[in-house]
Amino acid sequence: MDIDRLERFWIMISIAVLAALMLAIVYSVRGFGVEVPTDVGQVDPRTARETEPFNQPGVRQVGPGHYEVVMLAEAWRFEPSEVRVPAGSTVTFRLTSLDVIHGFRIPNTNVNLMVQPGQVVEATHRFNEPGTYHLFCHEYCGAGHHIMDGMLIVER
Amino acid sequence: MSAETGPATVRPTRLSRHLPGGLRPGPGAAPEQVQGEGAERAERGEAGGLSHLDQDRGHIMANFLLSFLALLLGGLYGPLQALDKMGINLYPYLPGVYGSYYLGLTLHGVGLALLFTFTFIIGFLSFAIVHGLRRPLASRRLGWAAFLTPLAGTILALVPLLRNDATVLWTFYAPLRAHPGFYAGLVLAVTGTYLAALNGYLTWRAWKREHPDQRTPLMAFASLTTWTMWVLASLGLAYALVMYLLPWSLDEQAEINQLLTRSLFWFTGHPVVYFWLMPVYVSWYTMLPAQVGGRLFSESLARLVFLLFLPLSIPTGLHHMFSDPGITHQAKLVHTVITFGVVFPSLLTAFTVVASLEDGARRSGGKGWVRWILALPWFTNPSVAGQLLAMLLFAGGGITGLINASYTMNLVVHNSLWVAGHLHFQVGTASTLTFMAVAYWLVPLLARRKLWRPRLALVQVWLWFLGMAVMGRGMHWMGLAGAPRRTFLSMARYADFETWWTAGLLTGLGGLVLAVSGAMFLWIMAATLLRSERAAEVPEVPEARPLLPVKHMPRVLDRLTPWVVVTVILTAIAWLPTLVQVARNNPLVPGWRLW
Ligand code: HEM
Ligand SMILES: [Cu+2]
Ligand SMILES: [Cu+2]
Repeated sequence: MDIDRLERFWIMISIAVLAALMLAIVYSVRGFGVEVPTDVGQVDPRTARETEPFNQPGVRQVGPGHYEVVMLAEAWRFEPSEVRVPAGSTVTFRLTSLDVIHGFRIPNTNVNLMVQPGQVVEATHRFNEPGTYHLFCHEYCGAGHHIMDGMLIVER
Repeated sequence: MSAETGPATVRPTRLSRHLPGGLRPGPGAAPEQVQGEGAERAERGEAGGLSHLDQDRGHIMANFLLSFLALLLGGLYGPLQALDKMGINLYPYLPGVYGSYYLGLTLHGVGLALLFTFTFIIGFLSFAIVHGLRRPLASRRLGWAAFLTPLAGTILALVPLLRNDATVLWTFYAPLRAHPGFYAGLVLAVTGTYLAALNGYLTWRAWKREHPDQRTPLMAFASLTTWTMWVLASLGLAYALVMYLLPWSLDEQAEINQLLTRSLFWFTGHPVVYFWLMPVYVSWYTMLPAQVGGRLFSESLARLVFLLFLPLSIPTGLHHMFSDPGITHQAKLVHTVITFGVVFPSLLTAFTVVASLEDGARRSGGKGWVRWILALPWFTNPSVAGQLLAMLLFAGGGITGLINASYTMNLVVHNSLWVAGHLHFQVGTASTLTFMAVAYWLVPLLARRKLWRPRLALVQVWLWFLGMAVMGRGMHWMGLAGAPRRTFLSMARYADFETWWTAGLLTGLGGLVLAVSGAMFLWIMAATLLRSERAAEVPEVPEARPLLPVKHMPRVLDRLTPWVVVTVILTAIAWLPTLVQVARNNPLVPGWRLW
């Protein structure tokens, strides 16, 4: 096939740019330890309230400076809807949904999850700055979707 | 860029020096004589007559009219949504269920992203196959069926939608459960595309019998490649609708595997982007160069680009599900790599299309390294200007798309208003504005009338570009500042309109400009059909000839079967493990009506 010289040059540039972007992704995972959710297990939404750990929604300490937040999502609220952790702690969020697909987002962090019935979803983030973080559902879940929110308070 | 500063320094650029005839306007360069059938036909003077269109004119126009109706219905809520982003809530003024933000957004998404695009594409690709092959479609009946089926689907889906029985947005994720009519309507809309594709294949087969040993003209080949990509890609959606969503909405199945139907949705949900885009490329590659008096830079590479979309479009859908549970890192990474692969044909397009435009610009007197760009008819030809402007925003949307696809970076933007900004640059402009621009020559041609007020059409495409640039800028920005997508923000407690003020203002104002532009387009189309004068002479269809001689083109660039085989294999590798795992592991759940 005839490929023009300039076009060949452009093809090389294109491949190089795409390869560089992929390396950046690898670096974000290896270098910064950013993780996207993966398969961490299933739970039946009808029995989730009786199943570990969702039978006890709330915050608990699981290690030095490490907290676990277990939350249930249902139309149109999170349970619990307010969570307190000390500044500087690492927090693992663990959620599932009791009805339809919901979202879980804390702006200005990497916490960005789909919360689905039948699936457990997890994310971990370190909160250094004390303050009040608004969290909310970012997947359409019916007429009250926009009132589905909560609060994470990082205490001094 | 010192070449620009000197007064009349007509310095040949590297490109122009390199290309035969690059600087010299007018024909005469050697390669023009050795070209494909398109050129030969043009030399034989066949391009003028359009009798091959007579049989199919009717159903092609009917599909265009249906698409304009969908554009009208879907567009209605656009400005209200945009104003919501600056905290202005006009919904209380609407009667009854129409005051629902989410009903409006469902109408907007389904009407525009699905019905408008599908019906326009059916009409446009049918036209491109007929004209490319200079022969009527194999079956006139099938042609009409490809209009009546989506028409029936539109009605069937819109009735429950407008009665607030299908307020599930255009993604209709289970376990939100809509009225069965909604799913059935979508099945019919997709079926309409299959009928048009089938007619295309039958026509191709007939043409090949009539023209043994001839290469399929590019315009038709590119269109058939588009159909093939879509037929394969849409199987996921079709399977989800027919096997799960429809029976479940009819109570034939009590429960549903929501992650499976969601995965099947995204099996089709990414390649549908190429179904919106490849028809645009059909225009940019095979028609637009001729509209600016240029030639297609390289026919072989054009074919390669279209063919590469076959294997690379489908194994990418998991990049919409990076934040999902139940799907492994490995699968998500495989889709990330292939997603970066599918950027490649679009980068090739950037080169080829710009080089073809440069050829046209230079032939009409354009000079300089970049000054030739000004020789393009930005302010005189609405059809060309619309497509050039669409390209500008498409480049921006391409970059934001790379960010979305960047695995970890996706966590910053997923489900934020940024995504809506990206999508309005792509389907909302690259596709929509190009379709409008194509309609400016194609609808008058089919209706045998003159375009009504071309100056107004020029203003319209510029307004769409400006409105979208401003609105898109606002949405991207607001998303980064924490605004979620498809949320009734003016009623949300956490909405931070103080921080979002400027971004919201841009979104709102851009949305109003867009509404004006959209209304102008529909008005111009209506006036062209109803009031404009009849065209005196038979117009010409722009069909680009290749610039470089097609000396030896590998046969594989004129065939689809080998590419289909590769596509099936690659798709199986990328999707089967995930689909099987999700089908096995994910608990079944009941449906909900939460609106
Ligand atoms: C009059 C011009 C338009 C305006 C003012 C407009 C405005 C908007 C706004 C503000 C949103 C965001 C709603 C939200 O996230 O809450 C939206 C969503 C959407 N728009 Fe448009 N739009 C226009 C045209 C189009 C066109 C031409 C298309 C496609 C062909 C389109 C497809 C969509 C889709 C699919 C969504 C849903 C996005 C999602 O799933 O997040 N829009 N539109
Ligand atoms: Cu929710
Ligand atoms: Cu995608």
